[in-house]
Amino acid sequence: MNDQPTAEELLRAVERFLEIELVPSLSGVQKFHARVAANVVAMVAREIELEAGQLGAEWQGLGALLGEEGELPAERRAGREALVRRNEALVERIRAGEADAGPFRRECLAHLRRTVDDKLAVSRPPRQRA
Amino acid sequence: MNSSVPASDLTDPALCERLAAWIAGVAGAREARITDLRRLAGGSSREIWALRVALVGSAQSRDYDLVLRRDPPGRADEGSRDLEFRVVRRAQRAGVPVPAVHWCCTDPTVLGTSFYLMDRVEGEALPRRLLRDERYRKAREAMTGQLAEIAAAIHRIDPDDPELAGLPDASREGSPARVELEQATEALRALAPEPHPVLELAARWLSRRLPPPGRRALVHGDFRVGNVLFDESGARAILDWELCKIGDPVEDLGWLCTRAWRFGNDSLPVGGIGSREELLETYAKASGQPVDPQHLLFWEALGSFKVALVFIRQAWVYLSGRLPSLELASLGRRTVEAEDELLRLMEEEG
Repeated sequence: MNDQPTAEELLRAVERFLEIELVPSLSGVQKFHARVAANVVAMVAREIELEAGQLGAEWQGLGALLGEEGELPAERRAGREALVRRNEALVERIRAGEADAGPFRRECLAHLRRTVDDKLAVSRPPRQRA
Repeated sequence: MNSSVPASDLTDPALCERLAAWIAGVAGAREARITDLRRLAGGSSREIWALRVALVGSAQSRDYDLVLRRDPPGRADEGSRDLEFRVVRRAQRAGVPVPAVHWCCTDPTVLGTSFYLMDRVEGEALPRRLLRDERYRKAREAMTGQLAEIAAAIHRIDPDDPELAGLPDASREGSPARVELEQATEALRALAPEPHPVLELAARWLSRRLPPPGRRALVHGDFRVGNVLFDESGARAILDWELCKIGDPVEDLGWLCTRAWRFGNDSLPVGGIGSREELLETYAKASGQPVDPQHLLFWEALGSFKVALVFIRQAWVYLSGRLPSLELASLGRRTVEAEDELLRLMEEEG
């Protein structure tokens, strides 16, 4: 275990530096890019905070939709690849027309709503959320 | 690359001299003097330059305040500026507010790439200012109606006018909506290596809601508030005609309403400043062509699909290593905003 501050806390420090100290001293394109950098750093901090829960929920949701069992691989890259494979299986069923109507469509919409809301919670700063 | 002019910077004295000689020739003047030449921000796929030109010894000795729109050096699509120039000139004749266009050059020996010159119109182009600044309050109220009338004026132009010859025409293949949806779906699958279930579901949904092929018209192709030059009284000029085509005129209205161009002001779907009802009512009055709200909604939803594609494509420009831009990288994470909108539309239908 690394010493404190945590990765999230360090990213918050970088965000604060960019937003409070750097942005006001810049102008034009550089000011804009420094703002983008502050937003990106804050987004990564939110991702670290929420990732484990979000990936687990997406894995469960896809498993229920596809009728697949199994654990999400604990290692980060393997976990991402496993999620991509389940999403590919879902896309195949969507392309085959299985989600055009009926209960499977409703279940798909409900699952995708949860994942989209999770992605929004990471990508959008809280003040921009409704 | 077939550029015969290696220098890309118009401030190069040799390039500037060639430009001045060409303008003098085409304007029938003894001499053209260029001053205040500077590159303007914006124009991601085209270079835009501002310049003043004084014509000496012509029938109409006068000063021009101009904008030069140019293909970037190395982009070998010579002639495309010529078509854009002809379309803008045709729109101008039809009463569409555009910067008056003067001369177009497709000869690569002048500046290396094709370009055209138009009047520099004073005005603001930043939608965020339009949406938020007190000084544009009247413009906000007036612009939905103005844009409906401008769209009607564009769509009244005869799509078979010889001036428009060479424009892509999706109507030839039956339904422009179907052609556009197929192109967007193919682009998504060719572009994105990772699965996008929301977009796949939306593509199926859109294919079940294809509007019947309507009338053929000249379509601006990028008709949104960000391409409108405005002042305190509203719209002054419609810019960026490079995506114009022959197709379904309702596409322009749907793109105008697409969520990404509302800048967070979702209660007013027309660019964050107006209602669909006002847009359609004014458009019907001005064009004599009532629009079915479901027809509008199809193009608005396809608009969000295309916005998602733009974000994915921009992220890939970064990921492929072509352009190490932080901004492009960050845009990949905005794909979800367009997915959110598409999902909302599908949920609403139940």
